[in-house]
Amino acid sequence: MIRRFNALPYWLAAPAALTMLALIVIPLLMAFSLSFHASLPNGTISPAFTAHNYASIVTDPYYLKIFARTFIVAVVVTALSILIGVPEAYVLSRLSSGWRAISIVIVLGPLLVSVVVRTLGWAILFGREGLINLALLGLGLTDRPVQIMYTYTGLIIAMTHVLVPFMVLAVWASLQKLDFATEQAADSLGAGYLTVLRRIVFPQVIPGVLSGSLIVFALTAGAFGTPSIIGGRRLMMVSTTIYDELLSYVNWSMGAALAAALMVIVLVISLAANRFIERRYKQVFE
Amino acid sequence: MKRLPVPLLVFHVLFAVFMLAPLIVVVLVAFTDKGYIAMPFNGASLRWFYAILNHPEFIDAFYHSLALAAGSATISALLALPTGIAIAWNRFYGREAILGLLLSPLMVPSVVLGIALLRFLAQIGFTGTMTGLVMAHAVFILPYVLRLILSAAVGFDKSIAQAAHSLGASSWTVFSRIELPLLVPGIVGGWIIAFITSFDELTMTVFIAAPSTQTLPVMLYAYITNTIDPLLASISTVLMAMTLVLMLVIERFYGLDRLLGGQS
Repeated sequence: MIRRFNALPYWLAAPAALTMLALIVIPLLMAFSLSFHASLPNGTISPAFTAHNYASIVTDPYYLKIFARTFIVAVVVTALSILIGVPEAYVLSRLSSGWRAISIVIVLGPLLVSVVVRTLGWAILFGREGLINLALLGLGLTDRPVQIMYTYTGLIIAMTHVLVPFMVLAVWASLQKLDFATEQAADSLGAGYLTVLRRIVFPQVIPGVLSGSLIVFALTAGAFGTPSIIGGRRLMMVSTTIYDELLSYVNWSMGAALAAALMVIVLVISLAANRFIERRYKQVFE
Repeated sequence: MKRLPVPLLVFHVLFAVFMLAPLIVVVLVAFTDKGYIAMPFNGASLRWFYAILNHPEFIDAFYHSLALAAGSATISALLALPTGIAIAWNRFYGREAILGLLLSPLMVPSVVLGIALLRFLAQIGFTGTMTGLVMAHAVFILPYVLRLILSAAVGFDKSIAQAAHSLGASSWTVFSRIELPLLVPGIVGGWIIAFITSFDELTMTVFIAAPSTQTLPVMLYAYITNTIDPLLASISTVLMAMTLVLMLVIERFYGLDRLLGGQS
């Protein structure tokens, strides 16, 4: 059989691919090259090449602290999302279809509501006279309103709320591939409920947990709205710092360098985690 | 199927409370009659809903957001459809690379896209224009549309098309009468998720929107950073009511998990 070169797929894919090239790849490359120049006080960019922006990121304690804070928050939010998202996905997969439909609207619905609205809700709850403080005072757990806005506690609670639906989605997708008969087999052979969960169900959803974790981690590290509203100026994260460099100091090149560093770190951590767990995961099943 | 143990059901209820609490609080505050953030239990009114009418800037921003979301979702679907078909139904050199390129906005933090596109739009003279915003949003949401079109196209039974071919239908007839109609659920689902993603997008838009093209999320964000009052709550409540209607329609006809998970 003679294989004919088929040009059709290229023609079909060209408009989207060229658009992406023009509006994603080229802007990213331009921002990357911008990060190797200095912003001058009059708002223009110096033509001279310099790695000064990156040098300040790795030496200036101000930036180091912001990067450390961003990744600590991302790790904690990811861990909490695993802790509550995995059991929730399991419950969803075991509900009767009527209850499941309602539960899905409750669990996944917030994804369709703007982050600003969801964060507004937490800002109201966290206030000095908010419901959380009223409850704590009412129960006698504290005698003065507790500061939750602009603290790690508040930031992490609100971020977990924003991102945990992604974990539930990812884990649930892998639970749906699970064969219920394996659980029944383990059950009929005398395994207890916890043993079935630990030995049968959990190992099979590890890929879902992994992909959920990567999504939650990357989205937390790059989040802007919630850190800006709940964390404010006291808990600057990388994205709020980039916004600041650009809009308060008009320091384009520093903003671009911070953005490039954030992107590279997120990508490297994601890829490394992916490889590490894939390797481990292989051993479990071989 | 075995019943769930009680601790897991309790956990499920607590989880639901956690997910709903901030949203319910916003709705409650919207009905207060006080001039500050308060619960409506000792004094409810609709004054904050009427107050929206005195803030035409929010209503304008709402229309901006609608137009932006509808425009960019449509462009995005038009770009994603042929590509999705090419990738799902053909094996060709560079296929993986093209797919990676098209899904790349998912890998790049929105804040990075924001600064890169702000700079880029400034360089080509589109700073703060609606055209610039639509272009930026169209590429940002393209992966969401593409994933749903791809899964619709991959799950497509090619033997139907082959049957039509063997009965003498031309390629175009097969495409327009058989293949396209079967892809419609994927296209519609993709369009909806793209629309919602664009409508809600804050991080990238906060960089590239100008005062004249401000979207509703950007406007709400700017307002919150100054002050938190019940007006924000009433606007948010209206938005949530609209979202809820949309959500129930999606869940009825499409499945929320299918739409958000990108698999059909």
